[in-house]
Amino acid sequence: MSRLLNYIWMFLLISGIAAAAFNGRIEVVTAAALQSARDAVEICISMIGVMCLWLGLLKIGEKAGMVEALSRLVKPVTVRLFPSVPPDHPALGAIIMNISANILGLGSAATPFGLRAMKEMQELNGGRKEASEAMCTFLALNTSCITIIPATIIAVRVNFNSANPTEIVGPTIFATACAMVVATSADYLFRRANRRKS
Amino acid sequence: MLMSILNTISRWAIPALLLLIPLWGMLRKVPVYEAFVEGAEEGFSTAVKVIPFLVGMLVAISVFRASGALDVISQACEPLLVRVGAPSEVLPLAFMRPFSGNGVLGMATELMKTFGPDSFIGRLASTMQGTTDTTFFVLTVYFGSVGVVRYKYAVFTGLLADITGLLASIYICNVLFR
Repeated sequence: MSRLLNYIWMFLLISGIAAAAFNGRIEVVTAAALQSARDAVEICISMIGVMCLWLGLLKIGEKAGMVEALSRLVKPVTVRLFPSVPPDHPALGAIIMNISANILGLGSAATPFGLRAMKEMQELNGGRKEASEAMCTFLALNTSCITIIPATIIAVRVNFNSANPTEIVGPTIFATACAMVVATSADYLFRRANRRKS
Repeated sequence: MLMSILNTISRWAIPALLLLIPLWGMLRKVPVYEAFVEGAEEGFSTAVKVIPFLVGMLVAISVFRASGALDVISQACEPLLVRVGAPSEVLPLAFMRPFSGNGVLGMATELMKTFGPDSFIGRLASTMQGTTDTTFFVLTVYFGSVGVVRYKYAVFTGLLADITGLLASIYICNVLFR
């Protein structure tokens, strides 16, 4: 299963180029490929400032013992979710901050905290090129995370004069909660299956 | 009421953190500015490390999308999704969800412009947009930042979460808004 990404990547390229050839739109592929390569760099570069801001604040929070206090608070949950991470490890603090930012819909803060968590977990992983169990659990939580304030879409709805722009908040919470339950259970099952195999 | 609470939270969240974290640090006698700069230093290298991974992923995704392959595949799956109660207009959005956050936001905006935000399609598109994250983007950026290239079962879990989120959106919107 660890090769899945290679297959998906090849699938995107092969089906894309085949479809373009079939539709006689092969120049579109050239333009799209070059443009998105540029976009990728732009996204990363424009991330730097915000990244610096949040990582700076996080460092203050760490030195002031805030992050530690926060991770102690949710320890009963985190030790169950991340059995392979030592209970007082700084990775857990960063994970909590990332999840909280996600829940509040603070996308700009979530990524820096999340990348910080990955860095800590990669140290525990011994710098290997293969994902650790804790990383997989973290990403399962992260990509399915409940958002109580989907700010962007509410703004779009307000823009189009919706009579009740926030009416989608309830349904969104319901749907993400389902996704989160499935993601964490799937992660748990995959982890066990994977251990048995190796 | 709910609207104004949510509004206040999202308007105040960042200023509040910007004030409370340094203030707490100050009270704990942390040299706040020095600590800030020390932490911020990491921002640059982390962001730059992600570039090669993101280039690889975004190029493949944009080729897939621009070539029309996305449309072909979403049309092929149309009967399946229509059976669970989704209008065919939202199909490209459902398919794009794991791949591109901006793409999906664009599609959702387009649908609301055409059908109105309070139509069934508008509400469903809004719910789908807010449900689950852009799995491939997150995996690429997060794993890329630490040089991990073998993702084990993480791709599978992420896609499973996306499918669940989409089906749950369709279900709940049918229950509430039909």
